[in-house]
Amino acid sequence: MTQYSRPPRPEEPGPQHPGRRRFLGYVLAAPTLVAAAQIGGTALAPQTARAAGLPTLPQPSELYDLNDLLTDAALPTSGLITVTVNADGTASFALPRAEVGQGITTSSAMLIAEELDLPLDKITVTLADARPELLFNQLTGGSNTTISTYTPIRVAASVARGRLLRAASQVLGDAVDTLTVEAGVITGSGGRSVGYGELAVRAAGAGVEPVAVTLKPASRFTVIGTPQGRIDARDIVTGRKQFAMDLAVPDALPTMVCRPPTINGTVKAVANTAAVAAMPGVTDVAVVSTGVAVRARTFGQCVDAVRALEVTWGPGTEDGRSDADVLKELRAAEIPLLVPAVPLLAKTIDADFTFWFASNSALEPNCAVADVRSGSAEVWAGLKSPIVAQEAIAAELGLPVASVTVHVTQSGGSFGRKLFPDAAVEAAVVSRAMGKPVKLMWHRTDEFRQGRTHPMSTARVRATVLLGQVLTYEQRHTSVSTDFSHGLGEIITALAAKLPVGDLTFSETVFELTQQSPYDFGVTTQLLNEVDTGFNTGSMRNIYSPNVRTAQELVVDRIGEALGKDPYQVRDAFLKDDRTRAVLEKVALDGSWGRAMEPGTAQGIAIHTEYHGAVAVLTEIDCRPATTGRQITDACTGPRVTKVVCAVDVGLAVNPTGLRAQMMGGIMDGIAMALTSSLHLTDGYFQEGSWDDYFYTRQWNTPPELDITVMPPTTGVPGGAGEFGVAAAMASAACAYTRATGSMPTAFPVNHDGPLGFTPLPTVPPIPQSPTDGLDHVS
Amino acid sequence: MPTHSFILNGERVSVDIEDDVRLLWVLRDVLGVTGPKYGCGLRVCMACTSHLNGKAFNPCSVPVSALGESDEVTTIEGLAATSGQDLHPMQEAWIDTDVAQCGYCQPGQIMTAVAKVEQARAEGRSLTDADFDEIRNICRCGTYHRIREAIAAGAAKM
Ligand code: FES
Ligand code: FES
Repeated sequence: MTQYSRPPRPEEPGPQHPGRRRFLGYVLAAPTLVAAAQIGGTALAPQTARAAGLPTLPQPSELYDLNDLLTDAALPTSGLITVTVNADGTASFALPRAEVGQGITTSSAMLIAEELDLPLDKITVTLADARPELLFNQLTGGSNTTISTYTPIRVAASVARGRLLRAASQVLGDAVDTLTVEAGVITGSGGRSVGYGELAVRAAGAGVEPVAVTLKPASRFTVIGTPQGRIDARDIVTGRKQFAMDLAVPDALPTMVCRPPTINGTVKAVANTAAVAAMPGVTDVAVVSTGVAVRARTFGQCVDAVRALEVTWGPGTEDGRSDADVLKELRAAEIPLLVPAVPLLAKTIDADFTFWFASNSALEPNCAVADVRSGSAEVWAGLKSPIVAQEAIAAELGLPVASVTVHVTQSGGSFGRKLFPDAAVEAAVVSRAMGKPVKLMWHRTDEFRQGRTHPMSTARVRATVLLGQVLTYEQRHTSVSTDFSHGLGEIITALAAKLPVGDLTFSETVFELTQQSPYDFGVTTQLLNEVDTGFNTGSMRNIYSPNVRTAQELVVDRIGEALGKDPYQVRDAFLKDDRTRAVLEKVALDGSWGRAMEPGTAQGIAIHTEYHGAVAVLTEIDCRPATTGRQITDACTGPRVTKVVCAVDVGLAVNPTGLRAQMMGGIMDGIAMALTSSLHLTDGYFQEGSWDDYFYTRQWNTPPELDITVMPPTTGVPGGAGEFGVAAAMASAACAYTRATGSMPTAFPVNHDGPLGFTPLPTVPPIPQSPTDGLDHVS
Repeated sequence: MPTHSFILNGERVSVDIEDDVRLLWVLRDVLGVTGPKYGCGLRVCMACTSHLNGKAFNPCSVPVSALGESDEVTTIEGLAATSGQDLHPMQEAWIDTDVAQCGYCQPGQIMTAVAKVEQARAEGRSLTDADFDEIRNICRCGTYHRIREAIAAGAAKM
């Protein structure tokens, strides 16, 4: 730890901003103005700026020794993020995070706009390449981006603004404190003005120079907390936004992999390699550990080649197993409840739930571009954990880490998928095997069948109630192992998570860190156990919370019944925290909680606390036969959520528009998890193979009425948003369904045990051919 | 190798490629027109939705040989030009409503929306909730509700 990381001391009030903390930033040597701040624990400035030296990284020193890549970690500028002011008056920033749709390029630009007093449209935010020296600080996950970058980005922008003012004072001949700044133009007392662009070079640093800054107080915010549209909106609606598969990397031809018919099966032999290699457009065929790769002029010709391959497959990791087998395994692994089922005086409430496998596949499939040469590799992919990707590729290819360049592209969604570099590693391996650049993409059917899943889990809950009080609340979550080997964004922790015991411990840690009970329910225990590592899993948006929370919220309704309280009243009575109570009251009011409804329809209400925030969701559902039986071609209809009212408090919403969008997405996920979307494991493979099999929410499932309120700032510090909507939305839909039908489901989604709503695609060949009848469906 | 010729975003193009290659790959892999996205290749997700002679269709399900010389294909890249403006009113509505999250599905959503409005208009009616319920385009980011708002706003300006 350096002298700058010590806890803040009571400060002597400064002349301009009494009692406010000062932070340490830097001006770096560069041709134009480059201001910087440290990410991962922004340094507090010492009392006097003169005493400032350069920070060292806060991580333990042994991490460096293990990692020869980190030779440059000793450089004083390691671990810094930088805001550059360009000679054209714009500012640019390379965000060491992945934009997967959550709007963090926009919110990061807003932070810069605020501190720099520069309009939003003059700020460019790109995604940084893998920067191994950032260690733990280049992981996008756990809805943590804004929490962790809120201060450093503003510090860097503030340093830049200060330097621009100093340069302007020299140009204009006015003292700094007489200057005013507006929209990137600095005006002196005499009315003369100069733009940031004209000052950018003059303000540049000659060496590394520490600078202490004081950030703008919230009372003077004009950008943070205001609704802003996405900075990439125009590129998106014109088709210009580029994802990995849209990049024109020279000679990187379309590439697909013929995958096994069962989960993680292996290639034994290929009978017709030469014939397939001679097919139209096909350039290469190569066996790799995940299957048989083909490279062709177009993806259409890759599909033809994959379908033509005659492969003998070895066994997979879950051959012959079906849903019921895994459920049995989970039941056997449940940690026993402590309180006896029949206590003498108290009333016992017991509940038992199953949450089936679900898919976290995004609309953009797993994909990556790779160009592996002898001695070096370059990869482009949407990656939330680019340092893990870089090191995994280096290990796979036997190259020094420094010889692997990893570019982070814009992602077409993540939901947990992009935490793992599966496609990037596979693309690198295939590129090496073929000796050519490849543009590798998974087929949609592979996404569902071989892609990562949200693991199946069970929840067992027991609560005891006596004399109007809840005495005990116990919950046991038992899950197929969740793969956390993306670690904390860095290969060392990734390796630790791969140790047989280490992984379970890490899961338990995540569970412990994320699952708090928001209720005063007496003696409370919530425990996790995980079994079976044969599946390809990963955390899906909001990890354990949607299932854990759904189980708890359903039981809270039952506790309410036992106490003679309705679902709103029981929550209001037992919630620990006033911010949660406030969102609960908000949705109850806005959603007219308790209004009279037709039989077969009902309201449900649920809350969730996580990511330093609170959210409540009120749902209205229609389970009447006329609705559940409605017919839409190749669609899963069923119960319809007709209305959702949501209120969210994240402490401080940097961009309320973006937060609302995140909540809307989370609500659609929650509805799907409660009612329609799951994978069916049968005989060692998942039956779903297309979006008409895997029933993620579609327009016909979307609530026609949707009302989302962003609460006014409470803590003044931003909390997490990306995953926050899912748990309360799923729980709320489940509670509404229970009240509408009069019976509490024991498995989710509620349609999983019904007749399969589709005809499964064959497993050999592993992917279907594209239809040819498109012209019969022009509309 | 056969040559195929059609009109793409207002300009004639000719491509040498096998007859059965689906138009989506001709657009993306051969011509470098990447606005239409791949989400399934099965006429299910609708991410590739573009216009053929002004109506919505899915290039992932049309062999290039099925197109004639005079067929006009419009992708998201060519949509604005059909309105004679910098942005089509539907694109503007999309920006005003801040519809997109990741954006991957949105070219397809916009192309579907425009065709949907024009289809209803040709039938002499305006869009209802029932029409919105029929839109098949997947948005895995769950922007469905804003899509409905934007279509209504865009239709009003079309
Ligand atoms: S890619 Fe054409 S409909 Fe999915
Ligand atoms: S915006 Fe991401 S899939 Fe629609």
